[in-house]
Amino acid sequence: MTDNRQPLLTVDHLVVTYGHIQALHGVSLQVAAGEAVAILGANGAGKSTLIRALVGWVIPAAGRVVYAGRDITHAPSWERTRLGLAVVPEGGRVFRDLSVEENLRLGAYLETNPARVAERMDYVYRLFPVLKERRRQIARTLSGGEQQMLAIGRAVMRGPQLLLVDEVSMGLAPLLVDAVFDALQQLKEEGVALLIVEQNAYETLRVVDRGYVLENGRIVLAGTASELRENPRVQMAYLGGG
Amino acid sequence: MGYLVSVMTFASIWAVLALSLNILTGYAGQVSLGHAAFFGIGAYTSALLAVKAGWSFWPAFVAAVLVTGICGALLGLPSLRVRHDFLVLATMGVNFVVVAVFKYVDFFGGALGIVGLQKPQIFGWTLRGWGFLALAVAYLLLTLWVSDYVRRTWAGLAFATVREDEDAAEAMGVSVPRFKIYAFAISAALAGGAGSLYAHFLGSIFPDHFAFVESIGIMSMVVFGGLGTLRGPVVGAFVLKILPEYLRVVGDYRYTLYGGVLVLMMLFQPQGILGDNSWLWKRLQALYARWRPGPQPRPTSRALSAANPGDDPAPASRSGRVNPGERTHESENS
Repeated sequence: MTDNRQPLLTVDHLVVTYGHIQALHGVSLQVAAGEAVAILGANGAGKSTLIRALVGWVIPAAGRVVYAGRDITHAPSWERTRLGLAVVPEGGRVFRDLSVEENLRLGAYLETNPARVAERMDYVYRLFPVLKERRRQIARTLSGGEQQMLAIGRAVMRGPQLLLVDEVSMGLAPLLVDAVFDALQQLKEEGVALLIVEQNAYETLRVVDRGYVLENGRIVLAGTASELRENPRVQMAYLGGG
Repeated sequence: MGYLVSVMTFASIWAVLALSLNILTGYAGQVSLGHAAFFGIGAYTSALLAVKAGWSFWPAFVAAVLVTGICGALLGLPSLRVRHDFLVLATMGVNFVVVAVFKYVDFFGGALGIVGLQKPQIFGWTLRGWGFLALAVAYLLLTLWVSDYVRRTWAGLAFATVREDEDAAEAMGVSVPRFKIYAFAISAALAGGAGSLYAHFLGSIFPDHFAFVESIGIMSMVVFGGLGTLRGPVVGAFVLKILPEYLRVVGDYRYTLYGGVLVLMMLFQPQGILGDNSWLWKRLQALYARWRPGPQPRPTSRALSAANPGDDPAPASRSGRVNPGERTHESENS
């Protein structure tokens, strides 16, 4: 790696299979503390599988995931959260029958200090003022974009060191995509490491330091954000032509 | 009068059963069709301790609560491996196995059951009739308090996440296995107490009192009244327990009633007659608001809603007051 910081997350030859279908064929990558990294790739490239394996929703067939010096390859999901990992899942997956505020409080489920919970909630409400307006509303009554904001807010409530973001821009209007990436940018500036899985390469490369390109379950390209932006292959596939 | 008191006592015991199942199914989303097994374990624990070991009611009651709670935690283990419809099948299986053990193992009295239980005594006074009813109602109130307490604490919120999305719950740091076991244990312990009361009220118990059809009956009470609420299971139990006693026609077809209630509620009012956003509950709240125009009625405290049966097309707040201004904002999402 060009970066001399200690890696916070190391993924080493990760293999994930669903039955006989192999979704990841030995993926290796690193994220340093405070660094923002993108995983670009088309539909079915294995991006979401990678996130699922990092969160602990699927157990890899082979390879290792090391987080902050600890092997978490087989750790249950809640234990990873305890270590400082948080996720914005694909589609948000907010708790639809709970209010906005309850969703946010659940994000800080592991935080025992009420002052810190209140402080983070203020922070989230500043990040997404619309959530404050709707804080008593049931999450199911929010629009898709608001649910994505709530999912990000809920993950931020954890006060994570590393935030995994899965296809956050999917199905959002362009204006909302900007707002969401602005929020991610702000988190990065506050020192949160980001691993952003996206089809929207244009917005993603605006925020991240480095990126990997995933194709058919393999990393085919790695580089800094500007290298990737200049790369003809990336331009063809993900930036809408040359 | 004696008959009425007796019917009310049964209704109170069944209200406890419905509320305890509600913690498991309404709060934590674990659908169980084997709740009568816990009822039976509590009844048999209490009865065996009383008849074979000569314990008096009170310690036997406490033991029944504890033993059934532990059994609940153990029998909840399948829920860690199977979900949804498979869990329903597993709990049904547990019910059949438990009844078979009562029936075929001599230690449990076999098909002849256990007879000769004494009524509880307090300060030398035997609780029967009104006295026993008072005891049953006191236990019902305790169960209501426990249900409300669980819902208000962190556990209530954790149960709600387990009910809604187990993966997302884990990502919050909620240990889903632990909270599933908690739900089974609390639910079973409360049902075990109900079993102890039932055994000592009747004076004799038989395996078939705790058969699978009874589990269906308890579930239909919860669903009829309103899954996830406090009022629902209580009202459901009183209506469905008392109705067959006084309507001869219904009494002859009691189990048809329970099955029919389940089917009809699922089709037309899955949130139950008194569930949040149910037709009747909204009318009642509107009436209440008209009668008491003074201060705004306080929004119902954070009621964890029912296990979201189907997708509710009407977005509304869980306090049941639909506010047209709160409709979905889809405009920016096209």
